[in-house]
Amino acid sequence: MTEIFWLIPFIPAISTFVLVVFGRNLPKKYVSYQACLAVFASFIISVISFIGLLKTPHEHYPIVKNLFSWISSGNFDVSLSLQFDPLTAVMAMVVSGVGFIIHVYSVGYMAKDNGYTRYFTYLNLFTFAMLILVMASNLVLMFVGWEGVGLCSYLLIGFWYEKHSAANAGKKAFIVNRIGDAAFLLGIFFIFIHIGSGEFTAINEAISGGAITQGLATLIAILLFIGAIGKSAQIPLYVWLPDAMEGPTPVSALIHAATMVTAGVYMVARMNLLYAFSGTAALLVGVVGAVTAIFAATMALTQNDIKRVLAYSTISQIGYMFIACGVGAYAAGMFHLFTHAFFKSLLFLAAGSVMHALSGELNMQKMGGLRKYLPITYPTFLIGAIAIAGVPFFSGFFSKDAILTQAFAQRQYFIWALGITCAVLTAFYMFRIIFLTFYGKERLDPEVKKHIHESPRVMTIPLMILAFFSIVAGYIGLPVVIGEKLNWFRTFLKPVIPEAHEAHISMGMEWLLILISVAVAFIGIYIAYIFYIRSPQIPHNLVTRFPFVYKLLFNKYYVDEFYNAAFVNSTVKGSEIIYDHFDLKVIDGAVNGTATTTGFLGKILSYFQSGLIKDYAIVFLIGAILFLAYLLF
Amino acid sequence: MGIFIFFILAILCVGSVLGMIISKNQAHNALFLILAFASLGGLFGLLDAPFIAVVQIIIYAGAIMVLFLFVIMMVNVREGIPPEKKKWTLYLSLGLAVVLVIELIFAFKGAFSLTGGAMEKSGPTDLGRVLFTEYLYPFEITSVLIIAALVGAIVLIKRRKEEE
Amino acid sequence: MIPISYFLVLSILLFILGVAAFFIKRDLITMFMAVEVMLSAANLAFIALAKAANSIDGQIIVFFIITVAAAEATVGLAIILLVFRHKKSIKSEDIKLMKG
Repeated sequence: MTEIFWLIPFIPAISTFVLVVFGRNLPKKYVSYQACLAVFASFIISVISFIGLLKTPHEHYPIVKNLFSWISSGNFDVSLSLQFDPLTAVMAMVVSGVGFIIHVYSVGYMAKDNGYTRYFTYLNLFTFAMLILVMASNLVLMFVGWEGVGLCSYLLIGFWYEKHSAANAGKKAFIVNRIGDAAFLLGIFFIFIHIGSGEFTAINEAISGGAITQGLATLIAILLFIGAIGKSAQIPLYVWLPDAMEGPTPVSALIHAATMVTAGVYMVARMNLLYAFSGTAALLVGVVGAVTAIFAATMALTQNDIKRVLAYSTISQIGYMFIACGVGAYAAGMFHLFTHAFFKSLLFLAAGSVMHALSGELNMQKMGGLRKYLPITYPTFLIGAIAIAGVPFFSGFFSKDAILTQAFAQRQYFIWALGITCAVLTAFYMFRIIFLTFYGKERLDPEVKKHIHESPRVMTIPLMILAFFSIVAGYIGLPVVIGEKLNWFRTFLKPVIPEAHEAHISMGMEWLLILISVAVAFIGIYIAYIFYIRSPQIPHNLVTRFPFVYKLLFNKYYVDEFYNAAFVNSTVKGSEIIYDHFDLKVIDGAVNGTATTTGFLGKILSYFQSGLIKDYAIVFLIGAILFLAYLLF
Repeated sequence: MGIFIFFILAILCVGSVLGMIISKNQAHNALFLILAFASLGGLFGLLDAPFIAVVQIIIYAGAIMVLFLFVIMMVNVREGIPPEKKKWTLYLSLGLAVVLVIELIFAFKGAFSLTGGAMEKSGPTDLGRVLFTEYLYPFEITSVLIIAALVGAIVLIKRRKEEE
Repeated sequence: MIPISYFLVLSILLFILGVAAFFIKRDLITMFMAVEVMLSAANLAFIALAKAANSIDGQIIVFFIITVAAAEATVGLAIILLVFRHKKSIKSEDIKLMKG
């Protein structure tokens, strides 16, 4: 049953091709059906392959299908080959499944947009690239997918390209990503030099066989991780993600919550042998993840734009995933990736539904008391918020708990403490959104209030589906305290992520940690309740009492301004200088000069064309003489 | 005796060409040329090429030059052509002609020493035999060429009704 | 016997006279006649060398040259007539349409 797995990326690819070539002439309804069904077909095949995978004995992992030998030059061989193993199965099902749901949602959200077909073309292209990324069996093909999703991110963020802010955001995303990608490429180069092949199976063999030193492993791991920092928006390359909210909301849900930004986590999990081998790199991953988690959470506290809060929240949650990888709990990181895909995309789509209801209003200060107007959006949003806050029995709880427990078990107490603090903040800012948006006094614009309406079914049904999964998705990874054998997710990933480095702690300790996580979540929710429902003057008081702190947080620690001053302005200035002196004068000069010279030569030669027969005859004569001379002498 | 005839014919030929150059009247030029062709025919005869000699006279002097005369009659330029302004192209071309002479002499250097015996077979029969065996292909092509020229000339010269 | 060299010299002389005539004369018809002179000079050379080489091929070639010259004269004169109809002049300087 697994033989067809290689079709998974190609169905969206064919759909993209059809849309690119014929899209202009196709009716909107057809485009919607084709785009959504293509992703759905991928999903079905993923599920079928997954079932087939379950039946295959572990020794056959990963199942590889070599499609095409791409580069073959001396010792350097790269082939287009796809593989299927548990890790890929998880990612493929998430990408195609959540992708399908978001495609359906987009049918409603983008219904009135002029660029409808273009949108679905890009979305399908993204799905294709992402699937290539997760199904590649070697680093180079993965990098192709990596770049592909970066491109689609640029295209989709700047979808409404007439808006300056959107176009700039797209550029920013691509450029910041590029910085990470440069390091990623260096990592790939080192791997080729020392291991000779980019195939994951070969790399893993080399590492377990001791073919590379720890120092080299650390270097490669760090370089690859820098790429992940760019792609997954960690410190210091996170600045593009908040700006990326300029794109349509379903794009934010798919790309910047569920799939693309998690590619970095996937990459680390895929290369887990490498990171485990080099302790330093793993530590770096964990520290960066932890610092980013806290840092982003603090910035989420003061933002007024719903999507921005969610963007910082994403950065923060991915920090959690990297914490997990850093302490060796790669499976826990993947588990959080899995649950996060559901509740974060749910949150984004629900926010989009709120915006749709309010004719595009994003500012929470202009909302309030919406729960009676949005009977479906409100509960689903609430479910998403509860899940992300880590309340028990919802999916977020199980995955967060798994991470924090492992962090503690590995004795990384500092990281654990940061994680717990971040959990408080997460609960707080999520419920701040809930209370500001759906409860309290209505601060709506009267114009907006006149048109308020719940979203159409094509948008609310995806919300409900995602809400359902946000609740139940956690149950496939129950913590050890409840049942040793019940962490089905962990067991499933064992062939790819060996259990070597995971530590164990006593039952009592684990229950204590669970209790702390739960307590922390409720503390956060309660504080938000006090701040925004009971005594809404508290936030205002705090702002006036600590204006400096508030300004710092509200302006995102002035990081963007710093980057602009330090890097961006000098680069722009430098390129302007080069443009004036080199591009205009030398290159244009050369091209124009060639044209002028040709014209000049032509003018000279035209003197010979007098039109008179005798002149031409003279030329004949000269030619004949010369020819004769050549023959004779 | 042969040399004597040769010199007479040669002087006649060169003389008529010179006359063609000097005379300004086109009809006179044509007549001079006919004389030149006739003497050339004689020279061909001296060279043991009787058939070609006759062909020369019939076709060149008889047909082509008559064609020229017809055209001269149709063009019918009454006023004479004023003398040429001496342009530098004239001198250049004459100089080049001198260069050409020298080159040609060089080219023919090797052949100057040749003397030929009398040719055994040069009559029409022999010519025909070779023409229709070895040179059959060019022969047929030439016939097509003649038809093409004929048709071409007629098409070119036909007045279209609207043109007048 | 007449040495071949005499004929060859005569041929060269006629050819040069033809070239000179072409450049000296100004009216198209006479220029065309000069071309015929050049062709005949070549014919003479061919026949002379045919005799020298004792091969009849030279005469065959001359046969073809004469034929082609006839065809060419036909078409050329037709063109000259057309030019005259158009420009009402047969001076070669007046035909300058291909200038530039």
